Amino acid sequence: MRKLSKLFGAAVVWTSLSVAGATAAECIAPADPGGGWDFTCRTIGKMLFDQKRVDAPVQVTNMPGGVGAVAYAKVMSSRADDADLMVATSTVGVTQIAQGKYPADTSVMRWVAMLGTDVGVILVPKDSEFKTLDDLVAALKKDPSALAVAGSSGAGGWDHIRLLMLAQAAGLSGDDYKQIRWVQFDGGSPAVTQMIGGQVQAVSTDLGEIAGFVESGDVRILAALSDDRIPAFPDAPTAKEQGLDVTGYNWRGFYTGGEVSDEGYSAWVDRLQNLYDTDDWKETAQANGLVPVWRGGDEFEAYVKDQSEQMRKISQEIGVIK
Amino acid sequence: MDMLSALAQGFAVAITPTNLALALFGCFAGTLIGALPGLGPVNGVAILIPLAFSLGLEPTSALIMLSCIYYGCMYGGRISSIMLNIPGDEPAIMTTLDGYPMARAGKASEALAISAVASFIGATFATIGLTLFAPLLAKAAIYFGPADYFALYVMAFATIGGITSVNPFKTLLAAFIGLMIATVGLDPATGTARYTAGSFHLYDGFDPIVAIVGLFAISEVLVYLERVHQGETKMVPLGRALPRFKDMMSGGWANLRGSVIGFVCGILPGAGASLGAFMSYIAEQRWSAKDGKFGQGDPRGIAAPEAGNNAASGGALIPMLTLGVPGSGTTAVMLALLISLNIQPGPLLFDRQPELVWGLIAALYLANVALLIMNIPMIGLFTRMLSMPQWVLMPFVVMVSFLGVYSISHSTFDLFVMVGFGVIGYILRMLGISLVPVILGLLLGADMENNLRRALSISNGDFQILVSSPIALTLYAITATMLGLAFLLAFRARRRNRAAAG
Repeated sequence: MRKLSKLFGAAVVWTSLSVAGATAAECIAPADPGGGWDFTCRTIGKMLFDQKRVDAPVQVTNMPGGVGAVAYAKVMSSRADDADLMVATSTVGVTQIAQGKYPADTSVMRWVAMLGTDVGVILVPKDSEFKTLDDLVAALKKDPSALAVAGSSGAGGWDHIRLLMLAQAAGLSGDDYKQIRWVQFDGGSPAVTQMIGGQVQAVSTDLGEIAGFVESGDVRILAALSDDRIPAFPDAPTAKEQGLDVTGYNWRGFYTGGEVSDEGYSAWVDRLQNLYDTDDWKETAQANGLVPVWRGGDEFEAYVKDQSEQMRKISQEIGVIK
Repeated sequence: MDMLSALAQGFAVAITPTNLALALFGCFAGTLIGALPGLGPVNGVAILIPLAFSLGLEPTSALIMLSCIYYGCMYGGRISSIMLNIPGDEPAIMTTLDGYPMARAGKASEALAISAVASFIGATFATIGLTLFAPLLAKAAIYFGPADYFALYVMAFATIGGITSVNPFKTLLAAFIGLMIATVGLDPATGTARYTAGSFHLYDGFDPIVAIVGLFAISEVLVYLERVHQGETKMVPLGRALPRFKDMMSGGWANLRGSVIGFVCGILPGAGASLGAFMSYIAEQRWSAKDGKFGQGDPRGIAAPEAGNNAASGGALIPMLTLGVPGSGTTAVMLALLISLNIQPGPLLFDRQPELVWGLIAALYLANVALLIMNIPMIGLFTRMLSMPQWVLMPFVVMVSFLGVYSISHSTFDLFVMVGFGVIGYILRMLGISLVPVILGLLLGADMENNLRRALSISNGDFQILVSSPIALTLYAITATMLGLAFLLAFRARRRNRAAAG
């Protein structure tokens, strides 16, 4: 009996310790454990501590809900001035903000920095009839409902928008967009495996998660949505080379509360910039299919504002929002 | 023979003192986490990831520790199901059906032993399957499309009415309540909010774990309060502290049948351990329909779902390792861990990092044995829980429930949701409606809908896609046979009763 209560006592103490956490730096991943934002918090958090840029291990808190909206609302309402806090986000979050799916626009937060970016790709199975992006676009032009395309977001999400941006560049318009068949899966890997199984004909998603399938030769990259070819896959052509001027990055970065002091804000920017400058980060980024890119401080603030505005326009043009 | 030497090398990796110690620690911590209501494998693994980092473990060691926690949780989830009628995690809900009645009848130690043996058999079966056929089975996951998943869920819902011994209509009603709860949240296909009342907190719908803790744990406390008020306090007969060997094995062939079904459900990404446990239970109930006392403490009603959920957890590692597609919530967390250790799971993992894969597989074999050995003596400890006065136990249940739920999302909103579910659970109990189908409806309903939507997006709205694949057709045929058989048996039984009466 005493043994039992000791056992449970220990378990409870240990649980409450891990729940309450220390007072040191904290990173909120506004998603369940296992996603991209969780990865951002955990990887960067670990490196910040390993490189002794923070005194204690960074506490990662998962706060899932509304594709980041719950965490956004929480920081806005009760932790706006908490300089120990940063929140992971990405292009996906900005897309949600641009489409009015968060409680406020980008101006209520201070945008710290981005450290790398994933690159959007258009994929087909290795023995697909589509050899180039032109083949695929031609098929869509002939009949927009000719093929089913899958991705990790729902209709109107970033994976879907990138595909429609290509369609737009190729000269399709309004009604055609709605006819393109779009299938949502819970991640890039499920979408790619279902494509290999013949359920859909093409996939539009980020490269990072599914790079293994490209290396193994199971799928081909028809187009990389980047300015230059992806270093890890120099044979894969960009959409730009093939005449469609579309890029679709998914950057990974952080924001902090809107009332954090200039001091607290620039402390985060400096810490992250120093981390970015290490080879350690470049290696980790590349191993995970990210291209290391730095934008921090005011430059990043302006970038996020622009991107949000641009995203709102695109979403309107392709009929995702009114 | 290639495989055997690879496995031998794997054992060499797993048996180093550090890895062995980590494996044992993982098993122990996992059992404990699994046993606490609200804390399941997902948060167990997520909470301990920082530990793996701060200890500076090698990727292989980290993976071994976390997989052992994962397996340990699966063993542990059954304990509170049996002792308190409160599932420790999602897959353990089916174990409440026969485990709790058995414990009430003074056979708690037998029930715990049967489930420990079943867990061992299920998990070992899955690990053998993982060893022999992983790359092959990954292909099966590839050819299983949305329409086929939909057929699988149709099969689950078609048989849901029969899982409890009470009125099947009440059971169906409960499942529909679960289905309705599952519709709350963002519609994944279009991102439109449904029944959220404008609250961001409801965008992701209701978390099944929060619902489970509310429906089972909180309502248990409410029921207890009512009983105290009415002056009813019944002591549960304690029974023997340690079971006899004969009783341990009374699950019999149900262990193996459950393992096979659970394993198949596990290798299908998304379906996972809950479906594995449910399908195993249903099949076992049909198989031994004639002499079974399912729902009243049948040993096979414990053995089948426990073997099923443990086999499914092992099976779920296959799509995770070979395709990078997590088969369950927990494997999703482990996938994230691998990625943050710079290991890319996927088609090339077995070729590129054989020592990691085979070390992990060997560790799983060891973990199973360790868990079995650890769990049998622990039975004596856990059965004492029943002799604990209720006024000590119930506040403890409340405390653990609140802690567990808060640790998932760090939101007080979820605590209110949990209490809300507790009240609903109390009302349903008073109406004699089983809570298990509510959870099944909630757990399986969302996946069923998503796959239907995917299938229809692929076919551009043409319903024919649902019956155009051979896998789906086979599943429908099995469903029809099972339903036909059930009606035939009911018809016969009624005729026999009438003949006996006349």
